[in-house]
Amino acid sequence: MSLPTTSDDDAAVVIRDVEHHYGTRRALAGVSFSVQHGEIFGLLGPNGGGKSTLFRLMATLLPVQSGTVEILGCDVGLHQAAVRSRIGVTFQSPSLDGKLTVAENLRHQAHLYGLYGIRARQRIVELTEHFGLSGHFQQRVDTLSGGLKRRVEIAKSLLHSPSLLLLDEPSTGLDPGARRVLWDHLQQLRDVQQVTILVTTHLMDEAEHCGRLAILDRGRLVTMGAPEALRQSVGGDCLRIRAPHPEELATRISDKFGLTSKLVDRELRIEHEAGHEVLRDLVVAFPEISSVVLSKPTLEDVFIAQTGHRFEEDSEEAQ
Amino acid sequence: MSANASDARGLAGVSAAPGLWLPVFTLAQRELTRFFRQRTRVVGALGQPILFWILFGAGLNGSFRGPADMSYQEYFFPGVAVMILMFTAIFSTISIIEDRREGFLQGVLVAPIPRASLVLGKVLGGTILAVLQSMLFLLVGPALAFVGLAPELHTGLTWQNALPVIGFLALVGFSLTALGYLIAWPMDSTHGFHAIMSVFLMPMWLLSGSFFPPGESGWLSWVIRLNPLTYGVAGLRRIMTANPAAVQSLPPWWLCLTVTVAAAAVYIGIAIWMTGRRSVLNAR
Repeated sequence: MSLPTTSDDDAAVVIRDVEHHYGTRRALAGVSFSVQHGEIFGLLGPNGGGKSTLFRLMATLLPVQSGTVEILGCDVGLHQAAVRSRIGVTFQSPSLDGKLTVAENLRHQAHLYGLYGIRARQRIVELTEHFGLSGHFQQRVDTLSGGLKRRVEIAKSLLHSPSLLLLDEPSTGLDPGARRVLWDHLQQLRDVQQVTILVTTHLMDEAEHCGRLAILDRGRLVTMGAPEALRQSVGGDCLRIRAPHPEELATRISDKFGLTSKLVDRELRIEHEAGHEVLRDLVVAFPEISSVVLSKPTLEDVFIAQTGHRFEEDSEEAQ
Repeated sequence: MSANASDARGLAGVSAAPGLWLPVFTLAQRELTRFFRQRTRVVGALGQPILFWILFGAGLNGSFRGPADMSYQEYFFPGVAVMILMFTAIFSTISIIEDRREGFLQGVLVAPIPRASLVLGKVLGGTILAVLQSMLFLLVGPALAFVGLAPELHTGLTWQNALPVIGFLALVGFSLTALGYLIAWPMDSTHGFHAIMSVFLMPMWLLSGSFFPPGESGWLSWVIRLNPLTYGVAGLRRIMTANPAAVQSLPPWWLCLTVTVAAAAVYIGIAIWMTGRRSVLNAR
């Protein structure tokens, strides 16, 4: 599938024809896209979709097997050290040492990035103040709440002032309040410091925060665009219909109204400009319908429209 | 950072290349901090060898005929010091598996540090702990005589040879920690490490001349001769002995030093090579 990519000259991240295999299992099947400087970009996909592999390639943890990955103008295969010193990485599972205090964790991190002495201290104080962690400075990380830990994690990845921040599933394990605070921080980071932010997520509401999204499924890039534009691409409204014999009903709907429907998970889906009118007609014409849900298209509808299957479906077997 | 928008874009300039030693220092320091916060590790690495020394010493002393009429406790003394080095090395390198599982390691792997820094930081941290514990035993061991748990000893440790002893303990400790590192690195569970410990590391110690003197002939004497740790134990005996007659049959000092340095170099070389490979292992 050829997808429009923006000019690569000013891109913070350029992914070109990247394929990746774990043994015989194919995790990425030729993915290409680019992320512009100052963007908040999301990689959305179900587990096993390939986003974690892509994340690890960008974070320099995995060798690039095929294709190219360029971060801030550097090829990750050739210039690992240069890439590493310019990106901040926040992992899904915390990379903090729980036995150490917040201050100790940050100090060690500063040293790993060549920051020490007064400069390191200043930077640590700045970041802990910014992330509201000053009161927890001498507290052991094990004793912090999930939300605070994630903030320490992000503060840690920003110590060396990277131009690109990579976050793997940043909202996982956070309550709604902590998620909101986290996204406020990320947005501020982009607005004030022009840090380019790339997140992977399998959560639709998290994806809504991104300026642009790339949707991955079974190692392929399914579609890409701003969340709003993606939703609009689906069309006006979404109808989800349940009935005892959905296959048969699909044929009859097609015969009577000329509407095409998709069968997804024992449910018929119809996209239509005037959903409310179709709903009325269907219910009158086919009394066996047990339920109809009318909604504006969500990102999940975008995913289904593009892939023909539900988002949560484990794509492991497909691989 | 709202206060510091100024360092916004050109922040790449804030951090410099960390070089080799700053990361080594910081990672080694972390090992020490963690160790002293987990008291049980101190007990595990120091308590068991001391118990061994007291119990085996008391049990085997009667039937032991060592070189130059030394008591079994005296013979076993440097062996226990090496056992403590080995145990501490094992406990500190096993933490690599925990670091990997808990996520700390991935943060280090994406840092712009030479992979050698990661290995050296871990190994030096472990070595310092091993030497500290081993020295503690060398000082405390003879004191046990005062409470009746050991006979009066001539350990051979004096003010004059304290520095060479510490230096050689550090060398053997470094070598054992590097060996522990390269065993722990590819493992994803501590169970695997325990298995290796029982079938490989413990026999390696048992067959190093720590526990009983190597015989003159037979397959066992060959195993002992081929075991690099034999030369670590023999070297320690040579530096520490109060009685030159007791170490006459041991390998010469130059051989002890050469084999121990070579073993350390090989282990650390393999450890750095393994760590430098980017594989799925690192991305777990």
